[in-house]
Amino acid sequence: METLASLGDGFAIALTWQNLLLAFLGCFLGTVMGALPGLGPSNGVAILIPLAFTLGLGATPSLILLTSVYYGAMYGGRISSILLNIPGDEPAMMTCLDGHPMAKKGMAGEALSLSGIASFVGAFFATWGLILLAPQLVKIALLFGPAEYFALFALAFMTLGGVSSTNQAKSAFAAALGLGLATIGVDTQTGVPRFTFGEVHLYDGLDFLVAIVGLFALSEVFIFLEHRHGGSETEGRKLEIGRLYPPLSMIKSCIPTMLRTSFLGFLAGVLPGAGASLGSFISYSMEKRLVDKEGTFGTGDPRGVAAPEAGNNAAAGGALVPMLALGVPGSGTTAVLLAVLLALNITPGPLLFTQNPDVVWGLIAALFIANFMLLAMNIPMVGLFTRVLMIPSRVLMPIVAMVSFVGIYGISGSSFDLLVMIGFGVMGWALRKLDVPLVPIILGTLLGNAMENNLRRAITIDNGNWWTLVDSPLAIGLWTIALIGFVLPLIVGRRVKARMHKRRDEEGAISD
Amino acid sequence: MSDRIFGLFGVFLAIGFAVSALTIEESFLSDAVGPKAFPLIVATILGLSSAVIALRPDPEPAWPALGRLVEIVAAVVVMILYAELLPVAGFVTATAFAAGYLAWRLGSGPVEAALTGVGTSVGIYVIFHLVLGLSLARGPWGF
Repeated sequence: METLASLGDGFAIALTWQNLLLAFLGCFLGTVMGALPGLGPSNGVAILIPLAFTLGLGATPSLILLTSVYYGAMYGGRISSILLNIPGDEPAMMTCLDGHPMAKKGMAGEALSLSGIASFVGAFFATWGLILLAPQLVKIALLFGPAEYFALFALAFMTLGGVSSTNQAKSAFAAALGLGLATIGVDTQTGVPRFTFGEVHLYDGLDFLVAIVGLFALSEVFIFLEHRHGGSETEGRKLEIGRLYPPLSMIKSCIPTMLRTSFLGFLAGVLPGAGASLGSFISYSMEKRLVDKEGTFGTGDPRGVAAPEAGNNAAAGGALVPMLALGVPGSGTTAVLLAVLLALNITPGPLLFTQNPDVVWGLIAALFIANFMLLAMNIPMVGLFTRVLMIPSRVLMPIVAMVSFVGIYGISGSSFDLLVMIGFGVMGWALRKLDVPLVPIILGTLLGNAMENNLRRAITIDNGNWWTLVDSPLAIGLWTIALIGFVLPLIVGRRVKARMHKRRDEEGAISD
Repeated sequence: MSDRIFGLFGVFLAIGFAVSALTIEESFLSDAVGPKAFPLIVATILGLSSAVIALRPDPEPAWPALGRLVEIVAAVVVMILYAELLPVAGFVTATAFAAGYLAWRLGSGPVEAALTGVGTSVGIYVIFHLVLGLSLARGPWGF
């Protein structure tokens, strides 16, 4: 009951003209970014953060804008998967398998509508899941002391590698690199400068927004330059949509699939380290095993379109649960959203629900509204977004680069930050080539200070006794999960990941 | 081979990080852990994981040909010039050149590149500065 009252308050916040407009703008931009190959949810949100920040938007409006982009990108990714057989973003990879064959059979419009409905169902249930699950998780999180938080952060890093990368050593490297970058600057506890090499600009530490935009957005520009990939994917192809509304029987036959995969996708999203890509992957695999009796999956089975789309949208909602309730994001894009909160001086985690209920519930209400907007945009207006696919990347990529520069310059007004961003862009490009995941780096720079502070607090409270870190049952439990999450993929994960990574190229490094 | 070099580089990075962590001056007012411990833990993980990367390398990634590599270096140089010249030349001029260059290198013809450059620059200026009120670098002409 209390939850419904809070949700009601949330709607009161979300239903202002400004917030509705921002949600609409976010949905539109998100769908566009999701649809365009090369721009995904994480770099899309990354480019927009500095702008939301410099425009002086408050916490709730910025979050509404950016999570709408996130939800929108989950919808948009399917468009190019279905029409072009090229995933618009990584979670939409599985949609290619049945979506494109459907389009080849002249059922592109039906595939688009069906996947739109599946996306809606997935996101709708996931938002309810968020409402029900997050407050429960907050209750557990309130029992956490500094030692438990340290273990929780360690858990986030150790499990992130398990699913996001093919090589555990490389994801451990990425996490350590991120944590190391976070230690640059004046030590918050004792006030001594660390790793600043006398450079005054570094005393404040590296701005994580600069790192994020460089690693995600600029490295993408370099990848395009490397391949001199300047055209649009649609050149020389016809984009026939055909009949837009699928017969009712087709939707009906997909309903059980959508409900099952929404649930599964949501669970995959909540798990630390997993994100929307895993959600769509396991949803598709499970449905294939469960209902594919005639072997029609992969040849344009509508259920094969509905399953990954419901799964990835549900996972997107699920991934918000640990980000909001614990302050520990489980995927690339939620890590970027965490950066928004930190940049606005809001500490996510259990206290967010008691101290800033307006932010949490306003955001949740906005997600419901955005979901309806997205349904409207993605079915009747889908033709508009298929035109976006015709923008060649030789026009798009300069715009992406320049908007990134403008955003970062807008925050600090200093050329030094721009140079640091270029440095991160080059680093991001090289690391993507070497198949080092970028998400742990971002997570490290974001959480590094909190992790260190909790470690030092825990040990200081216990008079310098390091064993305090594994002193409580809760902490031991968290460490155990962390160890299992790190070791298990080494043993059983290879097979699953090999299958999941088969269709990837450099996109894998910024997996979501 | 790439992974071996990369891993070795990581090991040196970790050693460098650890050494400079040891030279951090401790304040006379310190907590039980101090400012060195956490960086040292991080350096250990960095070193160990780099060693594993060097010892068990992945298959060789597809590196671009030299020409493409030069392309990226050139783009980096242009971006650095852009960052440095932004306050001197003003936002609109600098951005038009940088965006035009990128468009040209991605395969636009000269006319299209110039149009993309000017269009991007003026478009961003109008939307972000005139409409949304973001402050951009002012050059000698005030824009």
